[in-house]
Amino acid sequence: MTTVLTPEITAFWDEPDSFTIAAYKRHGGYRALSVALAMQPDQVVQTMKDSALRGRGGAGFPTGLKWGFIPKGGDKPRYLVVNADESEPGACKDMPTLLNNPQALIEGIVIAAYAIDAHQAFIYARGEVLHVIRRLHFALAEAREAGYLGADILGSGFDLEVVVHAGAGAYICGEETALLDSLEGYRGQPRLKPPFPAVAGLYACPTVVNNVESIATVPYILGYGAPDFAAYGTEKSKGFGIFSLSGHVTTPGQYEAPLGTTLRELLDLAGGIRAGHRLKFWTPGGSSTPLFTDEHLDVPLDYESVAAAGSMLGTRSIQLFDETTCVVRVVLRWIKFYEHESCGKCTPCREGSWWVVQLLEKLENGEGSEADLDKLLDICSNITGRAFCALGDSIEAPVKSSIRYFKDEYLEHQRRGGCPFDPAASTLFAMESA
Amino acid sequence: MALSQEVRARLEPDAAQIISRYPVPRSALLPLLHLMQAEEGYLTEDGIEFCAGQLGLAIAEVTAVASFYTMYKHHPVGDYHVGVCTNSLCGVMGGDAILAGLQEHLGVGDDGTTTDGKLSLEHLECNAACDYAPVVMVNWEFFDNMTPQSARDLVDGLRSGAAGIAPTRGAPRLCTWKQASRILAGFPDDQAAEGNTSGPPSLAGLRIAKEHGWVPEPIAPADPGSPGSGASPRGTASPRAKTGNGRAQ
Repeated sequence: MTTVLTPEITAFWDEPDSFTIAAYKRHGGYRALSVALAMQPDQVVQTMKDSALRGRGGAGFPTGLKWGFIPKGGDKPRYLVVNADESEPGACKDMPTLLNNPQALIEGIVIAAYAIDAHQAFIYARGEVLHVIRRLHFALAEAREAGYLGADILGSGFDLEVVVHAGAGAYICGEETALLDSLEGYRGQPRLKPPFPAVAGLYACPTVVNNVESIATVPYILGYGAPDFAAYGTEKSKGFGIFSLSGHVTTPGQYEAPLGTTLRELLDLAGGIRAGHRLKFWTPGGSSTPLFTDEHLDVPLDYESVAAAGSMLGTRSIQLFDETTCVVRVVLRWIKFYEHESCGKCTPCREGSWWVVQLLEKLENGEGSEADLDKLLDICSNITGRAFCALGDSIEAPVKSSIRYFKDEYLEHQRRGGCPFDPAASTLFAMESA
Repeated sequence: MALSQEVRARLEPDAAQIISRYPVPRSALLPLLHLMQAEEGYLTEDGIEFCAGQLGLAIAEVTAVASFYTMYKHHPVGDYHVGVCTNSLCGVMGGDAILAGLQEHLGVGDDGTTTDGKLSLEHLECNAACDYAPVVMVNWEFFDNMTPQSARDLVDGLRSGAAGIAPTRGAPRLCTWKQASRILAGFPDDQAAEGNTSGPPSLAGLRIAKEHGWVPEPIAPADPGSPGSGASPRGTASPRAKTGNGRAQ
């Protein structure tokens, strides 16, 4: 298998005007919309099903199937909501996409809304990246000016309005039902499912919630055809996606590549781990996915292979840590994040995250014991599956996997009466002065 | 401070515009709260009451929402609100040292504001820029690949008027906290088309792909796909097919 990168969404980010509709059209933008509008909505949904695109927001649910769940007929309006609340630790693909190629998202929105017969769409954008909010308003205005939004789009008779909605700082709003509550003007807390949003979503109406990258991939699929897209990737994980490399890597950044690419291949392109160091552990898909180590360099990064190796593909947010990094410190900080972001709705997550933080702090400070590791695992296993949403389940992932691979490092803290690592050695400035 | 009649008269049309974006008025609550921060810098009792009045909600209902989200502030923040990412990756890459250094330099704790009201400081959770770690945000604009020294220089510059300080990626003219809040309420300024937004990490994969010749040529402008033809608008000249790089099974 030859290593390749497949820049599509990222294909012209190096052009200074890449965010404009002129640049997007220069690169073939808005041709797919004409194709889609000439099809029946059901055919568009079928094309998406044929492409086998799986949601790029982390859960990997087939996008076409999600669209197909929207009930036919009925007198309720339908809504399309784009989840642009990227906040998973490690995830950093959607924000640059929105800064550099927002028109791919907007073309995808028009096609998706047409497919599900929605006339109102919302982009729920993370509030903490101001220029993204500016760029989205700008891009919507350009698209409207060009006749791609508003009434009777391209003479098709199809109408669509899109509203940018800035969030206000809450990781939980990346969970689709919490996002919907937030968009309705409430605290962002997850809803009990079923009913799923396809049946009772925004304002209890049929709603599709899709990630930015999923929707931004739609124009490619309609433009080139489902078979072209499905020719990439592996048998069950079709297509390509953005892999985000961060941390102790020579060339961090965004790498758009077919699913099934391995970390070894990506690292070869990215110049490897920073000079003089070696890979210790990494997340395949953000902090909510169990850690991998250097044993997993050749795991194909597709849904099935990553799952078979004990983790999850998630958002392809590859955070790399070298041997200077204390795994206990990293895991503690992630769980503090979950503690901070737990919405408080359900007890296992609300209370459990606090207990896990207390135990991890004890261990990081060298005051823990082997019995505390058992207690940690016990608490985590009691959170997983009993929490209201996936945030609670995420707590177990880094804890359990880090104990599995680095149990002795936890115990070394106890033997030494503190953390054996020098935090200065793992900083960027240590890299630069080396 | 109580909202004057003049301020209310000025804000009510903005509020009406925000509410008109949504099929159900209550959806306007988050942007309305951003709007109040644009006016007062943080959420005062009057600000909460104004939002409640616009939407016909109880003050308790609005307070319940306002207290849930970390971007809403309940005490005055500085003209420049500095956030340091200390989630695991940024923290390890230097965010912890940056935050500790700034706290010492500014003499404020986490979530503190300097006595001159110019700056406030808080730790942030992951701000979706891990490939630029460690990251500092000022009024929600990116300052990438920071060090303790560059962060100190940044806050010193902000305290002396912010002249010439531009984010690494974002608008060239840094907004104040209140101006930024107004953009979040859905009233953007005129800087959308300005500013560099793609540093080397954003372009890393693209650059390497170009070095290897893996990037398709730009598509020449042509007629849109004929309605009903179902043909790919890029026709058979799929750059993927040409390069034969597809991982077909």
